[in-house]
Amino acid sequence: MTRAQRMLLKQRLRRFAVHAASHTLCLPVAISCLFPLGWMVSSSLKTQQTVFTDFSPVPVPAHVGNYLLAWTKGRFGMYFLNSLGYTFMTVLGVLILSSLAAYAFSRFAFRGSGFLHKLLLSTMLVPIPGAFVALYILLTQFGLIDQGAGEFLPRLGYILPQINGGLPFGIFIMKPFFDAIPKELEESAKVDGSGVLGVFWHIMLPLAKPALAVVALSTTLAAWNEFLLAYLVFSRHELMPLQRGLLAFQGAHLTDYSLLMAGMVITILPVVVIYLVMQRYIIQGITAGALKG
Amino acid sequence: MALRKQSVVPYLFIIPALVLFSVFSVYSFSLLTYLSLFEWDGVSPIKQFVGLGNYWSVVMHDAVFWRSFWQAGTITAMALAFQNSLALILALTVNRRIRFGTFYRTLFFLPPILSEIVVGLIWAWIYDGNYGIFNECLKALGLGQFARSWLADPKTAITAVAVIHMWKGFGWGFVIFLAGLQTIPQELYEAATVDGANAWLRFRHITLPLLMPVGVVVSVLTILGTMQIFALIMATTQGGPAFHTEVPITRIMASLLGSSRLGYACAQGIVFGLILLAVSLLQMRLSRGMNRATA
Repeated sequence: MTRAQRMLLKQRLRRFAVHAASHTLCLPVAISCLFPLGWMVSSSLKTQQTVFTDFSPVPVPAHVGNYLLAWTKGRFGMYFLNSLGYTFMTVLGVLILSSLAAYAFSRFAFRGSGFLHKLLLSTMLVPIPGAFVALYILLTQFGLIDQGAGEFLPRLGYILPQINGGLPFGIFIMKPFFDAIPKELEESAKVDGSGVLGVFWHIMLPLAKPALAVVALSTTLAAWNEFLLAYLVFSRHELMPLQRGLLAFQGAHLTDYSLLMAGMVITILPVVVIYLVMQRYIIQGITAGALKG
Repeated sequence: MALRKQSVVPYLFIIPALVLFSVFSVYSFSLLTYLSLFEWDGVSPIKQFVGLGNYWSVVMHDAVFWRSFWQAGTITAMALAFQNSLALILALTVNRRIRFGTFYRTLFFLPPILSEIVVGLIWAWIYDGNYGIFNECLKALGLGQFARSWLADPKTAITAVAVIHMWKGFGWGFVIFLAGLQTIPQELYEAATVDGANAWLRFRHITLPLLMPVGVVVSVLTILGTMQIFALIMATTQGGPAFHTEVPITRIMASLLGSSRLGYACAQGIVFGLILLAVSLLQMRLSRGMNRATA
């Protein structure tokens, strides 16, 4: 073996050792991320009796019917539709309001623009953890808390604070994006006779799609997973979103673990699918929000 | 001239956001401050003015509330020590462009996208004293004498909750550390290698100082996030056994919904908010100082 060959071998061995060490560290952690989810799916496919006695990871036969039961008898279908509605309205509200505001901050010079911009972002830079107490009192005052009658007001009382909560992040992401779009594009549209709203709607928003996607996905995750506000606002099952419904179900059927697990799989399925498809935008949103300084 | 004609237009664009913000942030916050000066059950037409009395009671006499701070602080300390170092080590490892790096990133970030309720309920089932898979595994390993009802035992409850919290959170820190690492210019490492710096020296003098600001951000967000832990507690212990996992928000909820002491809940909320505000202001100061030091 020549000296060069020996060097090469040493280098290869070293690289192999580094890789082996890396995977020895990462693989168990990765498995630990998956195991609880796998166990949840496995438990959701057992019967109400075997869920306590059968510790096999892949139950035979698999009781897929649990999902139908959870959807109907467990009322997870109802919770699911509620969550879908709340999340959709929240995302829509955040997208419209924050893109409008971000566009104004980006394109117009007007009195107070600097102050108002800082003000609207302030709740993101300086979090107010006691704010939910204030929100509860405010919603009670406005009759936007579920008090056993009426559907519209409590639903509104659940959606509006979430839109307000998502605004700072939306403006924070959208404004720099608008800033980067060359002004000439609008000028030519104005020459063609488009109004301000027309330019915004037909030129700017389509160009801002990547930023809209980041905001939409972050807001979707936050709204779908929201619990604290739902806990404050809702008392009737008919209005509850999934996260609140899960606790309500658990309270009412303490030992019905297989149906509970089926309900949990139903709850996370949309989020996991969106995550696997749109991972890039979601991680972009997370890092942009954290590394804002 | 064009500007003058447009002068009302920009306000039309921001008014919807501004209205929402004024009502749900500005007005609600003023209401919070105002009501904290009263003894009020939320229903009765009479509010009794007590000045700073509620604050006095919160600060001087509410032992359970301060204990809840201590307990949330315990979880926070564990998260700072274990969750963040695991996140950093994994980020440093995956940043070496090992095979399956994307695969690992996808899995590590899976727990953070799930809701605290779902994560709490899964783990409550795993930890279950009678039927949980965790005890079953201990028995299989011959460690059956340690089997217990992890979330219902006062000795283990808080640690068991902390483990769930860290399981859910480390992937988030990992992603942010990884993003931070990727902003460090590769040329720095190349230049240092040419100058004969070994791996440890490169880590010590390039990676560590340049990653420090990210470390501060991750630490502060860990503190803020963990001190505000709530849904996870509701899905696992609900503050039990016997107050052992009570945290500030469960205590505020108890005043707000349980005993209907609204004024008192406001004061608790403000004290809680001010303490966390101090933490985030400290962070801003720290990271500003550090930016100046590295610039």
